Amino acid sequence: MGDGLMTDQAAATASPPPQAGGDERLKQTSRTKKLMSRPELGAVAGTILVFIFFAIVAGDSGMFSALGIVNFLEVAAQLGILAIAVSLLMIGGEFDLSLGSMIGAAGVLVAIPAVELGWPIWLSIFFAFAVALVVGYINGIITVRTGLPSFIVTLAFLFILRGLTIGFTRLITGRTQVSGLHDLSEGDWLAPIFNGEVLGFVFFWLADMGMIDTLRDGVTPRVQGIPMSVVWFLVLGAIATWVLLRTSFGNWIFAVGGDKNSARNVGVPVTRVKVILFMCTAAAATLFAVIQVLDAGSADTNRGLLKEFEAIIAAVIGGCLLTGGYGSAIGAMFGAIIFGVVQQGIFYTGVNTDWFKVFLGVMLLIAVLFNNYIRRRMTESK
Amino acid sequence: MANTGNGGAPLIEMRDVGKQFGSVIALQGITMKVNAGEVLALLGDNGAGKSTLIKTLSGVHTPTQGNILVEGKSVKFTNPRHALDAGIATVYQDLAMVPLMSITRNFFMGREPSSGFGPFKSIDIGFADRVAKEEMGKIGIDVRDPTQAVGTLSGGERQCVAIARAVYFGAKVLILDEPTSALGVKQASVVLRYIAKAKARGLGVIFITHNVHHAYPVADKFLLLNRGRSLGYFDKAEVSREQVLEMMAGGKELDELTAELEEFARADEGTGGLEAGAAAEAAMADELRQESERVHQHPD
Repeated sequence: MGDGLMTDQAAATASPPPQAGGDERLKQTSRTKKLMSRPELGAVAGTILVFIFFAIVAGDSGMFSALGIVNFLEVAAQLGILAIAVSLLMIGGEFDLSLGSMIGAAGVLVAIPAVELGWPIWLSIFFAFAVALVVGYINGIITVRTGLPSFIVTLAFLFILRGLTIGFTRLITGRTQVSGLHDLSEGDWLAPIFNGEVLGFVFFWLADMGMIDTLRDGVTPRVQGIPMSVVWFLVLGAIATWVLLRTSFGNWIFAVGGDKNSARNVGVPVTRVKVILFMCTAAAATLFAVIQVLDAGSADTNRGLLKEFEAIIAAVIGGCLLTGGYGSAIGAMFGAIIFGVVQQGIFYTGVNTDWFKVFLGVMLLIAVLFNNYIRRRMTESK
Repeated sequence: MANTGNGGAPLIEMRDVGKQFGSVIALQGITMKVNAGEVLALLGDNGAGKSTLIKTLSGVHTPTQGNILVEGKSVKFTNPRHALDAGIATVYQDLAMVPLMSITRNFFMGREPSSGFGPFKSIDIGFADRVAKEEMGKIGIDVRDPTQAVGTLSGGERQCVAIARAVYFGAKVLILDEPTSALGVKQASVVLRYIAKAKARGLGVIFITHNVHHAYPVADKFLLLNRGRSLGYFDKAEVSREQVLEMMAGGKELDELTAELEEFARADEGTGGLEAGAAAEAAMADELRQESERVHQHPD
């Protein structure tokens, strides 16, 4: 019996390990195989492909100038902040379709207290995060306690939140947009964390060396730093990956998404894990909203429309299974980068941007087919 | 078996245990004990009370009469955690495994070995991989790569991961709920071999099954249940495989079924119609008859 097992394994690696030399080869095979079965493989390959494609097609159009790079990085980073949280939630086996509406709501929650009530910006930012955590908690607790699919529960909140946002904003301000935040955020101690730039001196130095474009004065570089959204994107991605792969909580995320009854049987606090994931997603939506609102200086009740789907697409391209239990935060980051590169790349190539949506749909389909294949391979017993 | 009884108190003992749900008597007058290094086979048909018995042992149900003793001390489990803390681990049929997760991650699911402090606590992956590989090695399964998904393992191997996990986390008594019922012959023998290994390591094993052929080779003692009562509690030396079979009434009922099916086959031949269906049924009756004969004459 044990022998039968051995032959199975040997057959799988196509080279029986007779002695030490064979053993070494076996190790290498398993390393390649391990790499091949990483969830983010597809997204990394996709990223390389789109970079090569646009380098050829739009290489001399300024897409890969400092400004072009910062532009597509910013698009990628903002979506990536959402996609990272969504990937954790999807690995945990749930969806959050209220994400886009939460963005709209959070923007208004920052703007109205600041503009209408005269709150300092930092206070209204805290307020928006607090409300978001409550919304995430409600989403989570309803989903877990009722056992209903989160797809339906959060679809309800997609409408509830958007409706409340538009209704209250119009009630209070008489309009659906709140502007005038630029002046108010000036000098606020918290705002630069969301809306500043870092490493400005590097860019000045590069401009001084003549390596990047400058404004007309010949001194000030056209790009004056790396936007904070990119910093958030990288930091959150690193934290999410560490949590997922190296902490108990990460193991529990995989467990509750893979099989919540099994997880419960071995003592994993299923409800707590799922609720925390919903709260993280809502917080990510708020972070996204704060960055955009401070950047634009105004909040729009329609902000974040369809972002829930874009984030899901990025997570799926990054290797998340729709059924939960499998995926990666790094993958979602690459998914978001593909998104940013293509969205900006299409603009630089001069192709009508309408085609972007076609590309998105096709990418999604390919990613899902690929993931499905991986899942089948992983759950099939020998 | 030679190593029955090691002088000390039995690992687990039931004295006249009964369980009533309202007016329904689910279990009555059950007496048995399991010593270290001993396998007790708990046999019985569906509805015989096997599930109630193991749930009583694992703390899901509290007995309404009698005593449960663990290493000579009377205990009263009111929830599964108590039983687990006393070293009684139950491996249920559904295994509590997540197919998409690695062997290591499943092995330590819910009980991850951490290092570091406060918010920087992280899983000691190297340690976890090593332990998972070692523990699987101890039961004779060579896991080449503990990071491979449990979904790629066979049913028998998965069962072994679940058992190895229970043993690693301090089980002294293993209760295995139908560990071989969903498995093919080859797979079942992987699990049976592991039961023998666990026994050799000094664990007590309670092995629930309705398959005498799986139970007889590894068990030292047999507890037969029917309708909530004990049909007998035997040492292996006192009872033959045939007697066990006979007592389970499985033999008799199989005979009756065969006779009935032959009756059908004859009736269909008479009418001459529905040839395909009749042929299929005749073939099935034939197979069953052979099976029954095999069971009676060549129990191996």
